[in-house]
Amino acid sequence: MADVRLLGEGFSPPEEMAAFTAAHPAAGGIVSFLGQVRAEPGPHAVEALELKHYAAMTLPGMEALAAATRARWALDGLLIIHRYGVMHPGDPIVLVAAAARHRRDAFAAADFAMDHLKSQSWFWKREKTAAGWRWIEPRPDDHRDLARW
Amino acid sequence: MPAKLVFLGRLEDIVGTGELAVTPGPLEQVLTTLDPALAVELLGERVRMALNGALLGDSDAVVLAEGDELAFLPPVSGG
Repeated sequence: MADVRLLGEGFSPPEEMAAFTAAHPAAGGIVSFLGQVRAEPGPHAVEALELKHYAAMTLPGMEALAAATRARWALDGLLIIHRYGVMHPGDPIVLVAAAARHRRDAFAAADFAMDHLKSQSWFWKREKTAAGWRWIEPRPDDHRDLARW
Repeated sequence: MPAKLVFLGRLEDIVGTGELAVTPGPLEQVLTTLDPALAVELLGERVRMALNGALLGDSDAVVLAEGDELAFLPPVSGG
Protein backbone atom coordinates (compact mmCIF):
# COMPACT_ATOMS: atom_id res chain seq x y z
CA MET A 1 0.00 0.00 0.00
CA ALA A 2 1.04 3.57 -0.55
CA ASP A 3 0.62 6.54 1.77
CA VAL A 4 0.16 9.62 -0.43
CA ARG A 5 -0.56 13.02 1.08
CA LEU A 6 -0.87 16.58 -0.20
CA LEU A 7 -0.46 18.90 2.79
CA GLY A 8 -1.23 22.59 3.27
CA GLU A 9 0.70 22.73 6.55
CA GLY A 10 4.16 21.77 7.74
CA PHE A 11 5.11 18.21 8.67
CA SER A 12 7.91 16.54 10.59
CA PRO A 13 10.11 14.34 8.37
CA PRO A 14 11.70 12.52 11.37
CA GLU A 15 8.28 11.64 12.77
CA GLU A 16 7.01 10.51 9.37
CA MET A 17 10.10 8.35 8.83
CA ALA A 18 9.81 6.81 12.29
CA ALA A 19 6.18 5.87 11.60
CA PHE A 20 6.95 4.57 8.11
CA THR A 21 9.87 2.48 9.35
CA ALA A 22 7.79 1.03 12.19
CA ALA A 23 5.02 0.14 9.73
CA HIS A 24 7.38 -1.94 7.56
CA PRO A 25 9.42 -4.21 9.83
CA ALA A 26 9.83 -6.82 7.08
CA ALA A 27 11.60 -4.40 4.76
CA GLY A 28 15.36 -4.94 4.63
CA GLY A 29 15.96 -1.47 3.27
CA ILE A 30 14.28 1.91 3.32
CA VAL A 31 15.41 4.77 1.09
CA SER A 32 14.12 8.28 1.65
CA PHE A 33 14.50 11.65 -0.03
CA LEU A 34 13.72 14.95 1.66
CA GLY A 35 13.42 18.15 -0.35
CA GLN A 36 13.56 21.37 1.64
CA VAL A 37 13.54 25.10 0.96
CA ARG A 38 17.12 26.19 0.40
CA ALA A 39 18.63 28.65 2.87
CA GLU A 40 21.37 30.59 1.13
CA PRO A 41 23.02 33.91 1.86
CA GLY A 42 23.29 36.82 -0.53
CA PRO A 43 21.07 39.15 -2.54
CA HIS A 44 19.40 36.29 -4.43
CA ALA A 45 18.46 34.43 -1.26
CA VAL A 46 14.99 32.92 -1.31
CA GLU A 47 12.90 34.41 1.50
CA ALA A 48 9.83 32.33 0.77
CA LEU A 49 8.58 29.78 -1.71
CA GLU A 50 4.99 29.11 -2.68
CA LEU A 51 3.68 25.99 -4.33
CA LYS A 52 0.24 26.12 -5.89
CA HIS A 53 -1.72 22.99 -6.69
CA TYR A 54 -4.92 22.19 -8.55
CA ALA A 55 -7.36 20.20 -6.46
CA ALA A 56 -8.88 18.40 -9.45
CA MET A 57 -5.54 16.98 -10.60
CA THR A 58 -2.63 17.26 -8.17
CA LEU A 59 -3.47 14.60 -5.60
CA PRO A 60 -5.00 12.22 -8.19
CA GLY A 61 -1.76 12.57 -10.18
CA MET A 62 0.36 11.79 -7.11
CA GLU A 63 -1.76 8.71 -6.45
CA ALA A 64 -1.32 7.54 -10.04
CA LEU A 65 2.44 8.04 -9.70
CA ALA A 66 2.45 5.97 -6.51
CA ALA A 67 0.55 3.18 -8.29
CA ALA A 68 2.99 3.25 -11.21
CA THR A 69 5.95 3.12 -8.82
CA ARG A 70 4.52 0.18 -6.90
CA ALA A 71 3.74 -1.66 -10.12
CA ARG A 72 7.34 -1.32 -11.32
CA TRP A 73 9.29 -2.38 -8.21
CA ALA A 74 8.69 -4.93 -5.48
CA LEU A 75 7.99 -2.67 -2.51
CA ASP A 76 6.71 -3.29 0.99
CA GLY A 77 5.61 0.32 1.27
CA LEU A 78 5.76 3.72 -0.37
CA LEU A 79 5.36 7.15 1.21
CA ILE A 80 4.86 10.36 -0.76
CA ILE A 81 4.20 13.61 1.11
CA HIS A 82 4.17 16.93 -0.78
CA ARG A 83 3.48 20.40 0.56
CA TYR A 84 1.60 23.23 -1.04
CA GLY A 85 1.28 26.81 0.21
CA VAL A 86 3.93 29.23 1.45
CA MET A 87 7.16 27.82 2.88
CA HIS A 88 10.35 29.34 4.25
CA PRO A 89 14.03 28.33 4.21
CA GLY A 90 14.53 25.06 6.05
CA ASP A 91 10.90 23.95 5.69
CA PRO A 92 10.36 20.48 4.25
CA ILE A 93 8.68 20.47 0.80
CA VAL A 94 8.60 16.83 -0.19
CA LEU A 95 9.34 13.50 1.46
CA VAL A 96 9.48 10.25 -0.49
CA ALA A 97 10.33 6.91 1.11
CA ALA A 98 10.35 3.42 -0.35
CA ALA A 99 10.60 0.24 1.72
CA ALA A 100 11.65 -3.01 0.07
CA ARG A 101 13.17 -6.40 0.82
CA HIS A 102 16.30 -5.37 -1.02
CA ARG A 103 17.97 -2.00 -1.35
CA ARG A 104 18.09 -1.73 -5.15
CA ASP A 105 14.32 -1.68 -5.46
CA ALA A 106 14.08 0.92 -2.70
CA PHE A 107 16.70 3.21 -4.26
CA ALA A 108 15.20 2.98 -7.75
CA ALA A 109 11.60 3.47 -6.63
CA ALA A 110 12.42 6.59 -4.58
CA ASP A 111 14.49 8.02 -7.46
CA PHE A 112 11.72 7.32 -10.00
CA ALA A 113 9.03 8.86 -7.80
CA MET A 114 11.10 12.01 -7.18
CA ASP A 115 11.95 12.55 -10.86
CA HIS A 116 8.27 12.36 -11.73
CA LEU A 117 7.18 14.56 -8.84
CA LYS A 118 9.64 17.23 -9.99
CA SER A 119 8.73 17.30 -13.64
CA GLN A 120 5.29 15.79 -14.10
CA SER A 121 3.22 16.57 -11.04
CA TRP A 122 0.76 19.42 -11.05
CA PHE A 123 2.58 22.03 -8.99
CA TRP A 124 3.47 25.60 -9.82
CA LYS A 125 6.24 27.28 -7.88
CA ARG A 126 7.12 30.86 -7.20
CA GLU A 127 9.93 32.26 -5.12
CA LYS A 128 10.26 35.47 -3.18
CA THR A 129 13.63 37.19 -3.12
CA ALA A 130 14.60 40.78 -2.30
CA ALA A 131 13.33 41.60 -5.82
CA GLY A 132 9.85 40.25 -5.15
CA TRP A 133 7.88 37.17 -6.24
CA ARG A 134 8.88 35.32 -9.39
CA TRP A 135 7.35 32.23 -11.05
CA ILE A 136 9.83 29.39 -11.58
CA GLU A 137 9.91 27.70 -14.97
CA PRO A 138 10.85 24.03 -15.25
CA ARG A 139 14.55 23.31 -15.76
CA PRO A 140 15.77 21.32 -18.80
CA ASP A 141 17.39 18.95 -16.27
CA ASP A 142 13.96 17.98 -15.00
CA HIS A 143 13.03 16.67 -18.44
CA ARG A 144 16.39 14.94 -18.89
CA ASP A 145 15.82 13.23 -15.56
CA LEU A 146 12.53 11.83 -16.84
CA ALA A 147 14.18 10.36 -19.92
CA ARG A 148 16.19 8.07 -17.60
CA TRP A 149 13.08 5.97 -17.06
CA MET B 1 -25.52 27.54 -14.71
CA PRO B 2 -22.21 28.95 -15.96
CA ALA B 3 -19.03 27.06 -16.79
CA LYS B 4 -15.78 27.86 -15.04
CA LEU B 5 -12.29 28.70 -16.29
CA VAL B 6 -9.41 28.00 -13.89
CA PHE B 7 -6.00 29.66 -14.25
CA LEU B 8 -2.97 28.04 -12.66
CA GLY B 9 0.54 29.26 -11.93
CA ARG B 10 1.61 32.51 -13.57
CA LEU B 11 -1.65 32.59 -15.57
CA GLU B 12 -3.49 33.46 -12.36
CA ASP B 13 -1.35 36.59 -12.02
CA ILE B 14 -1.82 37.53 -15.67
CA VAL B 15 -5.60 37.16 -15.51
CA GLY B 16 -5.79 38.69 -12.05
CA THR B 17 -8.01 35.92 -10.69
CA GLY B 18 -7.80 32.16 -10.27
CA GLU B 19 -11.29 31.44 -11.54
CA LEU B 20 -13.75 33.00 -13.93
CA ALA B 21 -17.40 32.11 -14.51
CA VAL B 22 -18.27 32.10 -18.23
CA THR B 23 -21.26 31.36 -20.43
CA PRO B 24 -21.08 27.75 -21.72
CA GLY B 25 -20.33 27.17 -25.41
CA PRO B 26 -17.46 26.43 -27.80
CA LEU B 27 -14.09 27.52 -26.41
CA GLU B 28 -13.41 29.90 -29.31
CA GLN B 29 -16.61 31.71 -28.44
CA VAL B 30 -15.81 31.81 -24.72
CA LEU B 31 -12.36 33.25 -25.43
CA THR B 32 -13.75 36.11 -27.51
CA THR B 33 -15.28 37.47 -24.30
CA LEU B 34 -11.79 37.83 -22.77
CA ASP B 35 -9.04 40.37 -23.33
CA PRO B 36 -7.39 39.35 -26.67
CA ALA B 37 -3.88 39.48 -25.17
CA LEU B 38 -5.03 37.16 -22.44
CA ALA B 39 -6.62 34.74 -24.92
CA VAL B 40 -3.27 34.55 -26.75
CA GLU B 41 -1.52 33.65 -23.47
CA LEU B 42 -4.08 30.95 -22.73
CA LEU B 43 -3.69 29.38 -26.16
CA GLY B 44 0.14 29.38 -25.97
CA GLU B 45 1.64 26.08 -27.06
CA ARG B 46 3.15 25.42 -23.64
CA VAL B 47 -0.20 25.76 -21.90
CA ARG B 48 -2.13 22.50 -21.51
CA MET B 49 -5.85 22.28 -20.83
CA ALA B 50 -7.83 19.96 -18.61
CA LEU B 51 -11.59 19.56 -18.70
CA ASN B 52 -13.08 18.52 -15.34
CA GLY B 53 -9.70 17.23 -14.19
CA ALA B 54 -8.86 15.23 -17.35
CA LEU B 55 -6.00 16.41 -19.56
CA LEU B 56 -7.02 17.27 -23.13
CA GLY B 57 -5.11 16.43 -26.28
CA ASP B 58 -3.89 19.24 -28.55
CA SER B 59 -6.49 18.55 -31.20
CA ASP B 60 -9.50 18.09 -28.96
CA ALA B 61 -12.28 20.54 -29.78
CA VAL B 62 -13.58 22.00 -26.53
CA VAL B 63 -17.22 22.86 -25.99
CA LEU B 64 -18.07 23.88 -22.45
CA ALA B 65 -21.32 22.61 -20.97
CA GLU B 66 -23.02 24.01 -17.89
CA GLY B 67 -20.96 23.28 -14.77
CA ASP B 68 -17.84 22.30 -16.72
CA GLU B 69 -14.47 23.33 -15.33
CA LEU B 70 -11.74 24.07 -17.87
CA ALA B 71 -8.25 24.55 -16.42
CA PHE B 72 -5.31 26.23 -18.14
CA LEU B 73 -2.05 24.63 -17.01
CA PRO B 74 1.30 26.30 -17.71
CA PRO B 75 4.50 24.19 -17.44
CA VAL B 76 4.83 22.67 -13.98
CA SER B 77 7.72 23.22 -11.58
CA GLY B 78 7.27 21.12 -8.47
CA GLY B 79 9.35 19.39 -5.84
